Amino acid sequence: MSQKGLVIKEKIVSESPRDHLIRKERFPHIWCPGCGLGTVLKCYVEAIAASSIPEDKHVVISGIGCTGRIAGYVRLDSYHVTHGRPIAFAEGMKIVRPDLEVTVISGDGDLVTIGGNHFIHAIRRNVDINVFLVNNFIYGMTGNQMGSTTPLGAKSSTSPYGCPEPPFNLPLLAAALGAPFVARWTTLHTRQLAEAMKKAFQVKGFALIEIISPCPVGFGSYNELREGKDYIKLFLENCIVDHSADLNKAAISLRPGEPIILGNFIQREMPSYHDFELEVFKKAGWLK
Amino acid sequence: MSLKIIREPINKYIQKIPLGLIHVIPERCKECGYCIDLCPKDVLTVSEERNIKGYRWPKIADGKASECIACRMCEWICPEFAIFVVEADRREYE
Repeated sequence: MSQKGLVIKEKIVSESPRDHLIRKERFPHIWCPGCGLGTVLKCYVEAIAASSIPEDKHVVISGIGCTGRIAGYVRLDSYHVTHGRPIAFAEGMKIVRPDLEVTVISGDGDLVTIGGNHFIHAIRRNVDINVFLVNNFIYGMTGNQMGSTTPLGAKSSTSPYGCPEPPFNLPLLAAALGAPFVARWTTLHTRQLAEAMKKAFQVKGFALIEIISPCPVGFGSYNELREGKDYIKLFLENCIVDHSADLNKAAISLRPGEPIILGNFIQREMPSYHDFELEVFKKAGWLK
Repeated sequence: MSLKIIREPINKYIQKIPLGLIHVIPERCKECGYCIDLCPKDVLTVSEERNIKGYRWPKIADGKASECIACRMCEWICPEFAIFVVEADRREYE
């Protein structure tokens, strides 16, 4: 059927092709214009659609905060748990139901500031869960207080003259504890992020993806990144993709001239908790 | 010896630039501007109309009707699932 001479216009529709994986009746979501969390959700949904694991085997767990809302927007089995405890919850779920693909999507304040100890010990144990940590450098929902990922010198509502503490270098921390998969991407690198998520589903063991996300209303309003386009400029100018980067230098400073290093830093095979568990069960005589 | 002897790619006349048909869900748009800023062909601009929350959704700019090459950058970056691209055959429209 030829449509020559027809003027192409944008088509107004009411459904998108991925609506079967999101709770479309709750859209538009509560996140601010310019927030990167919707893009994280989009990449996660695309990664699920492209993965070979059926949708009913995927489980999403999230904690408290803006990112914690992701559990409410996916049409999958999803759990919204207490502050800082999604990793503890996910570990229990994966140990009891090893057939599920358990994913934790939560924020930096939730996972590494309040739940930091769970984060460290889950990596040490190497339980087979995926953690997608959305880092917006601040506690967004509670009122833009500084947290453990706020870069040195960055302003926030509780550090109006600049944050006096150096931030966590999360890829280095995870690598030092023996995580089999560590990556970092921004919400601008959507296709790379979805690919990394697909790889994380395949990994046997703890997979960490740190996602740098814009927060123009919270962090941005204190640090001259007031709109989404300011963040795009920041990412385009400062991001360097280097899969074999020296993680000692991967801390984020956000100062001009100091790059944000991205990439799938670590991909290796490590014995996971489940292997040891099976051995222990055999020794105890619980398995035939 | 003229340059004409140099072999032309055999698929030169089969190769085509993809054409994207842009689909928008106006009620979901929050006018963050990511699709407009990141479009490599500058196809999109803001509409004159506003949705129920007062945001202006993206529309195709004047004279850019057949410029979309279906790279899907807008679809991937949109935090609201409010825009997507369907690939079409360019020869049917030109």
